[in-house]
Amino acid sequence: MAERTPTIDAIDHVPADALGPRLAGELATGARFVMLVGLDERSVGGDGLAVEAVAARPDGSLARLRAAVPLDAASYPSVTPLVPAAHWDEREARDLLGIVPVGHPDPRRLVLHERWPRGYHPLRKDVPAGVRPPEGERRFVPFEVHGEGVYQLPVGPIHAGVIEPGHFRFSAMGERVLHLDARLFFVHRGLEKLAEGRALGAAAPLVERACGVCGVTHGLAYAQAVEMLTGTGVPPRARWARVLLAELERLYNHVGDLGNICAGIGFTSGVSRLGWLKERLLRANDALTGHRYLAGIVVPGGLAFELDPAGLAALPSTLEAVGPELAAAVRAVVRSEGVMSRLHGTGVVPAETAAALGALGVSARATGLRVDLRHDAPYAAYDELEVGVVTAAAGDVAARFHVRAQEAQASLRLLAEVLGRMPAGPVTVPLATVPEPGASALGAAEGPRGASWLWLRAGDGGTIDRLRLRSASFANWPVVAAAVPGNLVPDFPLINKSFELCYACTDR
Amino acid sequence: MTAPGPIHPDELGAGRRLRRAIDRTLGRSLHVRHLDAGSCNGCDWEIAALLNPYHDLQRLGIDVVASPRHADLLLVTGTMTRNLEDAARRTYEAMPEPRLVVAVGACAIAGGVFAGSYAGRDGIGEVLPVDVLVPGCPPRPEALIHGLLVAVGRMAPWRGSEGGRAGHPGRPGEAGRPGEAPPAEDASGPGDGVPGR
Ligand code: SF4
Repeated sequence: MAERTPTIDAIDHVPADALGPRLAGELATGARFVMLVGLDERSVGGDGLAVEAVAARPDGSLARLRAAVPLDAASYPSVTPLVPAAHWDEREARDLLGIVPVGHPDPRRLVLHERWPRGYHPLRKDVPAGVRPPEGERRFVPFEVHGEGVYQLPVGPIHAGVIEPGHFRFSAMGERVLHLDARLFFVHRGLEKLAEGRALGAAAPLVERACGVCGVTHGLAYAQAVEMLTGTGVPPRARWARVLLAELERLYNHVGDLGNICAGIGFTSGVSRLGWLKERLLRANDALTGHRYLAGIVVPGGLAFELDPAGLAALPSTLEAVGPELAAAVRAVVRSEGVMSRLHGTGVVPAETAAALGALGVSARATGLRVDLRHDAPYAAYDELEVGVVTAAAGDVAARFHVRAQEAQASLRLLAEVLGRMPAGPVTVPLATVPEPGASALGAAEGPRGASWLWLRAGDGGTIDRLRLRSASFANWPVVAAAVPGNLVPDFPLINKSFELCYACTDR
Repeated sequence: MTAPGPIHPDELGAGRRLRRAIDRTLGRSLHVRHLDAGSCNGCDWEIAALLNPYHDLQRLGIDVVASPRHADLLLVTGTMTRNLEDAARRTYEAMPEPRLVVAVGACAIAGGVFAGSYAGRDGIGEVLPVDVLVPGCPPRPEALIHGLLVAVGRMAPWRGSEGGRAGHPGRPGEAGRPGEAPPAEDASGPGDGVPGR
C-alpha cells in the first residue's frame, strides 16, 4: 500500500502539420486516443492558441503532442481524416476557441447552436466569464440523405419520456434507417469556463455535476489530475473508499440501465424489478454519504468526509440481498424468448468501427475490445484488486445487456472485498504543493459508461487556468450514430438505451 | 437491514394529502410533463425515480405524460441553457391553461453551480412564470412529491366560468406571462423545502 509518486508525462511540441501523422503513428503502435484539447496560451505566457492531442500508450504513459496555432490564422490541418475518434473534439475546439481544423469532414457547429453569434468563442481568454453574448440568428443545417422513397424523421430535442434533450434526424426508407444525424449540446452549461480562475482543488462540486449519475467518476478524474499536479499522495483509506464509491456508482447505474433496456421494449416486469433494486442501492448510497448519487465526497486530497459508520455497517447486508435478486431479474429477461429476440442482432457495432471511433466502456467491451482503465491503468486501490474485464463479441443490444449484467455482479464481488479490506486511518491530506503556472496534467477514471478523462492546467497562484472533461458519453455518441443505420426506426429507443449515454456528460 | 417498504410517501402523509388535493381540484387526475431545460441529469433521475415501485407516483393519481398538450403541470429542471430556450418556451406554450410550472432543483431556481455562466440563464424564472420552487441538488423524491402537493394546493378549483387562477391568494403572477421572475419571498422562503407557502 505504498503511495505512488505520479509523474507527469512530458509534452512533445510538434509542428501543426505533424500533429495528425504523429498521433496516427502512436495509435498504430497500440496507443488509444484520449482527447484533443484546444488551448489559449495567452494566460500562461504564450502569444497564441494551441491544440494538444493525447493518447494512452500500452505501457501506461501518455503521448502528449502539442501544436502551436497562431492567433491570426487560428487554423491547423485537421487530424480527423487520420484519427476519426477526434471528430467531435475538433469541432468543439472550433466552437469554443475558434481554432479551425482545416479539412475536417463535418464543418458544422457542434456546441454553440444557431442562437450564438458568429465569432464568439467563450473559452478564449479575452472573452470575459459570466457575460452572455447577444443573440445570434443562424440556421440549423441537418445532414440528410435524399433520394426516391427516402423521408426525413426529426425527433426531439424534447422527448416523450423523462429523458434528456437531443435532436435526432433519421433519414429512412420505409421503416429502415439509412442515416442518423444526432445533434446534442442542448444542455451545454459552460462548465469549463466556470472552473477557470477557481482554486485548483475547489472545482469538485462543479466537475461532479457535469453529470448527476457519473459524479464519482468525473470527481475522481478531477481529483487525480489535481493530485498529480500538486504531487499529493492520498491516504490508503481514501484510496479504498474511492473504489467503494466508484463501484457503488457503477452498480446502481448498471442495474438501472438493465431496467432501461427492458423499458426500451416495454418489458415492464423487468423495469419494475430492476427499478426497485436501483432504488435500494440509491438509499444505501444515501445512508453512506448523505447523497443518493454520492455527490460531495470525492475531493482532491482524499474524501471530504468519513463514510457514515451506520451506513457502512448496513452496506454488506444490502449488497448481499441485491446480488441474488439482480441475478433473478436478469434470468427472467434472458429466459424470455420474446425479449431476447428483440435484443439479439439489434444495433450491431462491429469491433473495427468501435475501435476507429474510439468507443469506451460497455460500448467497446460489448464488441470484444478489452478496454477498462481499472485494469489497464489502475488508480485508487485498483492495483491491489483483481478486476476481471468482461467482454462480449456480438456488439449488439444483447451483448451490451450481458456485459452490464456481469459487470454488476463483478462490482458486487469487488465491493465485498473492499468492505473486508478497507484500512483504517485518515481520509484526507492537504494538497502538497502549488504547481507552477502553465503546468498541466491529466486524470482519468473508469465510470459506468467508460473512461472519463480530465485535462487540467494550473494558472497563477494555484488556480485553474483550463479544465476539459471528456466523458465516455462524449466518446460513444458517434458510436450510437453508427449502430443505428440498417435498423428499424422503432428500434432506436432500444438501441439508444442499450448504450445509455448521458447528454449532460457530453454537453457540459 | 430491513428494506424500506414500498408505501414510503404515505408514511410521511404527503401522499395522502396530495391525493386529496388532486381530488378536490382536478377530479383525481394531475398530468405532469417533465422538461429538461439544461440540467446535469440528477434532478431528472429523481423525477424518474418517482415512477419506480417505491414511489409509484401513478398510484397517487398523478401521471407523467408524453406531450405538453396533455399536461397540467410542467416540472422543469436545469438552468435554462441558450440552446434550449426556444424548445422550452414552445413546450410551455403548447400546454393548455390553467398550467403550473414547478422549478425543480437549485439550477432551475437560480442556476445552481452553473450560475453566472455564459451558456444560459440563472434559473428558469427568467423565461417561464414559476409557481413553486423545489430546492435540492437534486431534491429527494419525497421533496418532489411535497412540491407537487404545494402546486396543486395553490391551484384554484376548476369551476367552469370561474375558471383560471386569477386572484388566487399567494400567486406570484398571472399565468402565461413568460419572463417574470418569482418574487423575492419565494426565493428566500423558510427552510421547510418549499418556499412561498
Ligand atoms: S440542481 Fe443539482 S442535481 Fe439538479 S440539475 Fe442542477 S446540478 Fe443537477
